[in-house]
Order: sequence, then structure tokens, then C-alpha cells
Amino acid sequence: MKDDTVKLGLKAAGQATERPISIAIVAMGGQGGGVLTGWIVALAENQGWVAQSTSVPGVAQRTGATIYYVEMMQANETGQKPILAQMPTPGDVDVVIASEYMEAGRSILRGIVTPDRTTLIASNHRALSTIEKMSPGEGIADSGAVDDAIGVVAGQEIVFDMNEMAVRNGSVISASMFGSLAASGALPFPREAYKDVIRQGGKGIEASLRAFDAAFARTEQGPDHVDPEAPQVAPAFALPQRLADTRANALVQRIRSELPEQAHQMAYLGAQKVVDFQDAAYGDEYLDLLADLTAKDAAAGGADKCFAFSATAAKYLANAMAYDDVIRVARLKTRSTRRTRVAEEVGLKDDQILNTTEFMHPRMEEVASTLPVGLAKWLIAKKGLYNWLDRRIVKGRRVRTYSLRWFLPLFFVGGLKRMRRKSLRHQTETAHRDAWLAKATGALKQNYDLAVAILCFRRLIKGYSDTHVRGLSKFDKVMATTKSISTREDAADWAQRLLTSAIKDASGDDLDGTIKTIESFQ
Amino acid sequence: MAERSFAREVEDLKLGEGDLFRGEGILAITKALLQSGVAYVGGYQGSPISHLMDVLADANDILDELDVVFQSSASEATAGAMLSASVMYPLRGAVAWKSTVGTNVASDALSNLASGGVKGGAMVIVGEDYGEGSSIMQERTHAFAMKSQMWLLDPRPEQSCMVNLIEKGFELSEASNTPVMLQVRVRSCHMTGEFQAKDNKRPDFTLRDALNAPKRDLDRIVLPPAAYEHEQEKIQKRWPAGVDFIKQSKLNEVFGPTGTKKTGKTGLIVVGGMYNSTIRALQFLGLCDAYGNSQLPIYVMNVAYPTIPEEVDAFCEGLDAVLVVEEGQPEYIEQAINTRIARTKRATSVHGKDYLPIGGDYTAAVITDGITRFLGDHEAERLGNRAPVPDPVPILTNPVVEKLKEVVPPRPPGLCTGCPERPIFAAMKLVFEELGEHHVSADIGCHLFSILPPFNIGATTMGYGLGAASASAFNVPGAKRSISIMGDGGFWHNGLTSGIGHAVFNKHDGVFVIVDNYYSSATGGQDILSSRAFNKRRQTNNSITDAVKGVGANWVRQIDHTYDVNQMRDVLMEALTTDAEGPKIIVASSECMLNKQRRVKPQIAKAVKDGKRMIKEKFGVDEDVCTGDHACIRLSGCPSLSVKELDDPLRDDPVASIDSTCVACGNCGEVADAAVLCPSFFRAEVTHNPNGWDRFRDRVAGSVISYLQNRREARAVSFEG
Repeated sequence: MKDDTVKLGLKAAGQATERPISIAIVAMGGQGGGVLTGWIVALAENQGWVAQSTSVPGVAQRTGATIYYVEMMQANETGQKPILAQMPTPGDVDVVIASEYMEAGRSILRGIVTPDRTTLIASNHRALSTIEKMSPGEGIADSGAVDDAIGVVAGQEIVFDMNEMAVRNGSVISASMFGSLAASGALPFPREAYKDVIRQGGKGIEASLRAFDAAFARTEQGPDHVDPEAPQVAPAFALPQRLADTRANALVQRIRSELPEQAHQMAYLGAQKVVDFQDAAYGDEYLDLLADLTAKDAAAGGADKCFAFSATAAKYLANAMAYDDVIRVARLKTRSTRRTRVAEEVGLKDDQILNTTEFMHPRMEEVASTLPVGLAKWLIAKKGLYNWLDRRIVKGRRVRTYSLRWFLPLFFVGGLKRMRRKSLRHQTETAHRDAWLAKATGALKQNYDLAVAILCFRRLIKGYSDTHVRGLSKFDKVMATTKSISTREDAADWAQRLLTSAIKDASGDDLDGTIKTIESFQ
Repeated sequence: MAERSFAREVEDLKLGEGDLFRGEGILAITKALLQSGVAYVGGYQGSPISHLMDVLADANDILDELDVVFQSSASEATAGAMLSASVMYPLRGAVAWKSTVGTNVASDALSNLASGGVKGGAMVIVGEDYGEGSSIMQERTHAFAMKSQMWLLDPRPEQSCMVNLIEKGFELSEASNTPVMLQVRVRSCHMTGEFQAKDNKRPDFTLRDALNAPKRDLDRIVLPPAAYEHEQEKIQKRWPAGVDFIKQSKLNEVFGPTGTKKTGKTGLIVVGGMYNSTIRALQFLGLCDAYGNSQLPIYVMNVAYPTIPEEVDAFCEGLDAVLVVEEGQPEYIEQAINTRIARTKRATSVHGKDYLPIGGDYTAAVITDGITRFLGDHEAERLGNRAPVPDPVPILTNPVVEKLKEVVPPRPPGLCTGCPERPIFAAMKLVFEELGEHHVSADIGCHLFSILPPFNIGATTMGYGLGAASASAFNVPGAKRSISIMGDGGFWHNGLTSGIGHAVFNKHDGVFVIVDNYYSSATGGQDILSSRAFNKRRQTNNSITDAVKGVGANWVRQIDHTYDVNQMRDVLMEALTTDAEGPKIIVASSECMLNKQRRVKPQIAKAVKDGKRMIKEKFGVDEDVCTGDHACIRLSGCPSLSVKELDDPLRDDPVASIDSTCVACGNCGEVADAAVLCPSFFRAEVTHNPNGWDRFRDRVAGSVISYLQNRREARAVSFEG
């Protein structure tokens, strides 16, 4: 800024004149920002203040980010009313209320949260944006970045999960945010004045008051007594000493004696997963493979690397062995815990009856691959018969899970796991798994980190039908590219980059881009 | 039935002399119309004027009592033409629409209306949609006012000023035989405030009176030679009459020091709508208090067009320089004032866009910057020691905040939970996977959200109802067919003739999808011709399919349940591949879910409470079946379909998850089926108040199922303690 003070020889003209209290409510359309805005205006008017709110509704109501703005001030001694602005000025906002954590982040980027002025009241729960949800793997924005920024920009910060608090009290987020606003002391109005406003409203007054009080108390007291200095250490994993079920116990003892400690947790969880998928013998097969990999790990100096290879193998091998087939789906859908979970999800009461409908679309491939290898190959070779069956099988089916007509066949399919290990699918999966493990162990001697990265590629294989096929093709691309650079020292970094771009982008353009980059420096 | 009900608020329209009115801007506008004695009102919805139309619809009984005729206009052209009732008769009338889009549509009527002039006061309320949150960023209504010579009122954003301008606007219209426009910006429409109410006025002369004693005056009809006379009349009679009235009624205002107290060298000329932001800017500079007591003289042009020369002269008297605060471009007002100053050879220099940005929102921060630089050059002592103004830059350039830029995801508006248009685009995406991408012409309406992720469908949008018309060039038999999309609102607005009629006549080979969701949904759920609801004041239930067949379309497919993605996909596929000649028209109908829920939810709750057997549905995801590839989300984007992290170290990626806002539209299940995704989706059906047969069946099945489950689970290897 230009400083003409000396040149012009003027006396200080003083600071900017007194301005109204300004409050911005940043929200997503349909989140009740309008209700909260109405409450704040009523609050001020009930106290004899002049208040004005503005908003930009329209399409913003349809789930987009939007902003409501309130200004309030008393008339002056001669009865003149204040001139109130219609939108927030960056750097000049007293209170910002954010109904979602990334929206709090957006308000910071708008410049309306500044340390000299702003009380930031933000709920730190997340409602994910489409972009975050779309990526074929982990695409969720980092809330830590918002934590960091709030620490820098907010004059006063009140941050907790206001949504959860509202829901717990049978209300909606506007009520808990109103409670936090009252407790923040940012407005010169007594607590009862806020509650009177809620009481003037129509529906759910009691629940709103409960949520209001809870948020008020939480804001005043701060978070439950957690000593921020005490480092948060996750309790170290310990294998159970022994299990009642002898079959399970045998596996646990094998993990203890044959695998390094660093792999115990993953191996324990992995063993449970594969046993649940098939049987105890399959668990032994899993541990046999792991023991072999661990031996190779140790030979490659794994002890110095915390046996990362073994631990990673324990994780992804379990996933590879418990592949998604119709038998697994049928078992998961028909087990008792599943019904219990759904009943909880819908809040089922005693005098109500629950049923579920599954949307299944079995394809001939899935059916054929479940058959024993010989039969499956014969059937696939018989084009005419295969196609005839295909036409009968391939169609969307609405499966009423808890009717006997559907439960019994589903249950029966779930029981087919006895013949699973003879199936074509099992043969295919086993071959793929072995080839993958061979590549990983092949790299182990030469480049330990690369070997670990290759194990992680397994993450790309997931989904059913086309998605599964796409996943496989990405896996192949990533694998082939990695092979071409396996002699480079930074091969592991590039492998990691390949994996990341494959996970982030469904179309595969990102992955192709990374591959191009790699090809360019060869 | 509109999305938002004003049934309670319209009661305030009955307030009378001495009462204090308190409420939203649009209600204040409606109240002002009633206080002005209008005989008829009409208009077309669209933000920010949608709620004005909703208020009028909800206030229909009050309007009836006052003998005011209210029409839901078919388009802005209809509304504009409706004002012709004020040409021959002393009838006051007002119509409203979103501008500039609506003014574009109404222009033909407005040109003719302005040519012949009016006898009764005629007013167009335009929701000026310039700036943040707007559909057409760069355009202003000002240009239309000038080209047709209609007076343009732009009141200060304060309700008593807005109400006064509306009342005075009718008088101005009558005094100068000129139709008047009153513009209110988005934020003013939805701004709360208060004003002293007056009694509502019944029109002295009603439409009934006019119909019973019809009049015609050849001089007022736009036909030569009268039309030539109109031009002279505009210049010689109406213009001076308008200027006189504006002066006498003091529609424009002067604030700050006047007379002998006006000792400074500079002043501000501000259009009404910019006043509040300007005052805030002056506050930041220490030149004004919060109550508008300014140290700088300010001329507030509540009438943005025409400029009143004598007022400009008087204001500029003694000033070295003035700054014109006028949003948008071209700088019409600055030019007008410059012309006046130049012709009178006054020494005042006129500034505006040389200190303020040419385009974009004039926020308080922008105006503060402009005024600072203006004063710095012309009266620097006003700025004193230049105390700091609010400045977010140090915060925004902090590395921690800079980092945030990469983290915070964009959140544009999208299709609502359960929207019936979602499966249409999911089906289209599936078709494109088989047949490759096609050129898609989009329209205005909720379906335009298809342009955004996850669908990324749609190449152009040319205006409301013009989706089909904008594909008209792509009539190339043998090539990949073009697809155009149009909503039911746009269809009735003009799309039936501009799009479908055109395609039939020209034997267009393309595919035309008409999205019929029973309302004008994007504008807030107003009823239209094809709405299915009963509306005692309007004739609804007019079929779109019949209409397109009526103009000669042969290949027409009606889909009554858009959620059937398989069917939707098959029909699209057929339309794109059939040998049939002429346009392939698909009418995809399902009720707007936002409106449906509002209608159905209370009914279901009541039925359950009354002990009736009801089945409530909700979708869910089996998280152990879901593999976390999110293919379902890439075909949906439903707000209730999200992802969640699992507490399982074996798994890396979050799985799909459906929250409690799910309305069980069925899209998830249908898409999973049609795209052969995965079997993790399920629909949970809870039977409330089950009957005897339900209970019996549940008991029998339940006991068999429990027996089987127990047997299997008892044999399983247990890792429990």
C-alpha cells in the first residue's frame, strides 16, 4: 500500500468506521443453511437489532456449495438504520459457520476467515464430493490440510462433529451449529434468546433444543479430556495365545513360529479371511506360501527392512486367495450376521418384517468357471450349447433373499465351496497368483522395494465382470512397464507412481500418461 | 405444486396501512404490486424470479379477492405480450422473469409494446442475473431497456426503496406512456428486510371492464404509418415526460454533503443496486459511517436509464472529478454522463471503468480498491493516512492455505438423491460404451448437470428449450446420429416448435430425448402443461407424446419408468440404430424425486401411523462383497451413494456406502444389473404393520433359514477366543 502520510502531512484519519457484525454460513444445498440463517436473523431482530440475510439459491440447492450471509447492527441514536452489505468481504467477516469440513476449507480459500477477526465454527464431518467418490480407489481429500489451515487462519476455532451430535440428539446440524454459535460468545446475546428463537419454530423443537444444549456444552468445555501431549500410540498387535477351536489354534501357532513378528497381524487376519473363504486346509496352504516367501525375504536381507515383503505378502496373498466368485457372494449373502447388520442399518423394530432384494446378473462365464475344470473346458468348447445356456442364464435377477424360493438356491450355491478347488476359476486364479508371486520374488534379490511394490499391484484387481477385466488389464500394463525398468535404481518409486495413477483414474488416461513418461526416458 | 411453499408468508400480503412488513425481497415486491393496484400479473419462473412466481401462485386467493388476474405464462414472450393489455386500456399490469435470458425471449413483444406505448402502467420485474451464481455472467438488461426505450429502475437494495420505486414506476409508466423495467439482483430477491405497509389497492379499472367495452386506437398499433409516428413520439413526448416525472418524484437520491457543505472536489455516481457495497467500501476508507452518513457526495441513480441531465449537472457542480460505479460492460451510464458533461463543456472529469474493473462482480473489496485509486489521483487528502483496509492476501498466500487449494475438491450442484434423470444418463453412458461417443446437444434444466462428472455428457447448451434446435445442423443421414436432450419445461416453453416441429419438417435423422419429470423442476417445481398433479386453477395432464405425434413425429417411444436402466438403454440403442426415417423421439418420464418426496413422505408417515400395512425401502451395500472400485459411482453421482473407509487392515480402498437419505429410487440396483457391475447392492424392504399372512410367511421362512444358518455356522472354523 502506498503511504502518503509524510508527503501529505496529514493527521491520522483513523481506522475504518464501525461495521455491522457479519456472519457467513457456508454449506451445501439442502443442508439446512437456510434454517440456521433464519434463526440468526430472528435472534438479532428479537433483540431489537436490524438484521439482513442474503443467499443465492436456485441451482445451489441441488447439493452444490453455497453461502448464506447475515449482517446485524443496532440503529443509531437518531434512529438511522445501518446500511447492510449483501455479500461478505474477504478479511472482514466476524463469524464463519461451516456445515462440512471441506466447505470450511473452501471458506478459508475465499479469504473470509482471518485471524484478526474471525470465529470459525466448523463441523469436521465429511460429505464427499463426486470427484472424491469417483476414483476407482482411495480418492478422499485430506482433512489434515484443513486442520492445518484452520490453526493458522482462525481467530477462534470451534471444530467438532456437529452433524453426529445433532443426529445423536434426533435433530439436524443447524441446531448444533446454533448451539456452538451461542457458546462462542461471538454475538452479544444471552443463551436464552437463542433458545427462544428455536421455540418460535415449527417442527422438532425438543430435539433441536437438545442438540443445541449438547453443542453449547461441548463448545464451552472443549473436547473430552484427551491429553494432547500424550502421543497416540496404536496398541501393538499381539497374536492370541491360544484359541478354543483346535483348527484355528493350529494356524495361530504356525503364524507364531514360522513368520516374523512384523507379519503377524496381517497373517492372522489373512488366515481368517482365507479360512472363511474356503477351509482350514486352505489356511495351511496360505501359510505354506507365506512361509516360503518369508524364507526368501530373510535371504534377501528382509530383517533390515522390517520384513516389509512378508507383511505385504501376508496382506495381498490373502486377498488374492479369497477371490470374488459366486460361491463367496452366495455365502456372504446368506449368513446370519448379514441379516443382523441390515436390520440394524434400517432400524428394524419388533413388529416389522425385513426382506432384502439382491440385484444379481450372473453371466455364463461365472457359471462355467465354477464347474470342475474338465467339465468347464468341455462346455466352453461346445459353442452351441454354451451360447444356448448363456441366453438362459444371463439376465438380471431380483433375488428375494429371505424368501425360501430364493434363499434355498443361494444357500446351495454357497455350499458348492467343497468343489471350488477343482473349479476352472480356481485353476485360473491360482496360476495368476503364482505368476505374480514369482515376479515379486524374482525382483527380491535385486531390488527389495520393487518386490514389495509388485506385491502391492494386487490392489488393482478387484470388482466383477468388466471392472474386473479392466483391473486385470491395468495390472498387466503396470506389471509389464515395471518389468521394463526393473534394472533402474528408482524402479520402486516408478512402480509406486504407476500404481497410484492406476488407482486414481478410472479411464486409464493417467496410467497411460505415466507409462508414456516412463517410456520416454528409456 | 412448487418446491417451496409460501402459504404462510402470503398472509403478510394482507397487511395494511400502518403495519410493518417483514420478510424476503420477493414478498416485498409482490406486496408493492398489490399496493399499486395492478389488474393483472404474469411471468415465467427462473432464478431469482422463481420464488416470485411461487408467491403469486400461493397468493392466488388474495389476488382473486382484489380482482387481479394471474397467469402462469408459457414463456417470457407470452408474458411480454401479455402487457399489451395496457396498450388500449388504463390497466396496470406487471410481469416477471429472469434476465437477460427471459428478456431475450420476450424481446419481440417488448419492441412492439415500447413502440406503440402504453396507457396503463406496464412493468417488467427482471431478476437481474449478473455475477456470482448467474447463468449468463456477462450480460445486462440495460441494453434491452435502451434499445426499446423502456425506463430501467434499479432501486437501492432496501425494501422501502424497492417498494416505493415499484409504486412510482407505474406512475412513471403512465406519465410517459412508456413500459418500465425494474431490476432486482439475485441477492436482493432473497434479502430479508422490512418496510411500512400500505393498504392493497383494487384496480380502478379491471380486465372485465375492458372486455365489456373494447377499444381500438389505430395510432397505437405498430403498423405504418403509425409506427413512424411512434419514433417521433418516443423522442418528443415520452422521453421528456419521463425525465420530468423522474425529476419531480425525486426517484434518484443524493447523499452526503450538499449545498455549502459540499466542499470536496470529488463525488460518486452510483446505480441503485451498487449502493450498499459502495457504502461498505467508504466505511473501509473511513469516509462514511455504517448508517450511510458519507463525507463524499453520492448521487444514487435508482433510475439507471434514462440519465437525468439536470440532476447530473447539479451534482457535478463544483466537483473536479466523479467516479461512476456501474457493474458490467459496456459502461452505458458512464457514457451517458460523459456525453452530458462534454456537451455542456463542464470542467468535471468523468471516470468509471478506468478505475474499476470492466467486468465481474463489484464487491465491496473491488469498489474499495477503485475508490482508493480514484481518490489517490483526484483528492488524495481524503484518504488521510491510509489506514489499512481488510486484506486477506497475507492469509491466502500463507503456504498452509496455498496447500489447501489442491485439497478442497470442487462441489458444483448436481442431480438430487433419487433423481429420475440419473438413470437416463447412466443408460446413455452404457450405450456409448458399446457404440462410442456421440454428439450431444444439451438444454437448460436439471439435466444439464449431466455435463459434469460423473457423466460428462453434453457438448453445448444454447438456451431454454433449444436443446433439440441446437442439433439441427447435425442432420446427416448415414453418420453417427446426434442426440439432443430437452426437459419438459423447455419443451413447452418453445421446444415443441423450435426443436421437434423443426426436426419433423426437415426429416432430421437425430435422436431427441425429452426428459419429462412432471414439473418445471430446475426452477423450483412449478406446474406445466404435462404435470400429472391436479391443479384446480390450471389444466394439467397434457401428454408430451401426444404433442409430438400431433406435430407429425412417427418414431416416438414413451418410457414411464426411467429407473429401468435396461429398458432405457435398449430404447436409446434402438433409436441410434434403427432404419426409421425422421426424428427418433424418446419421452422419458418419471416424477422429480424432490417433489415426489415432498408429496409422498407425509402420506406414508400418516399411513404407518394409522396402522396401515406399508413397505418402506432403502438401498444398502454389502461391504464385504463390494470391492471398492467405485464403478457404480461413476454411473451415478447420487448424493446418498458415497464411500466409507473400512476398519480392515487387509483392505486399502474405501467401499461404497449408502446413507440414510436414500429414497430407494432403484437406480443403484438397476445400474448394477444393466452394467453387470457387482452384486453388492441390495434393497432392504421393511414391512410396517404387517398382516397375518406376512407374519406367517416370515415365521416359516425364518425358522428354516435360521436352522440352515446355524448348522453351517456351527461347523465353521472359529477364531473366537
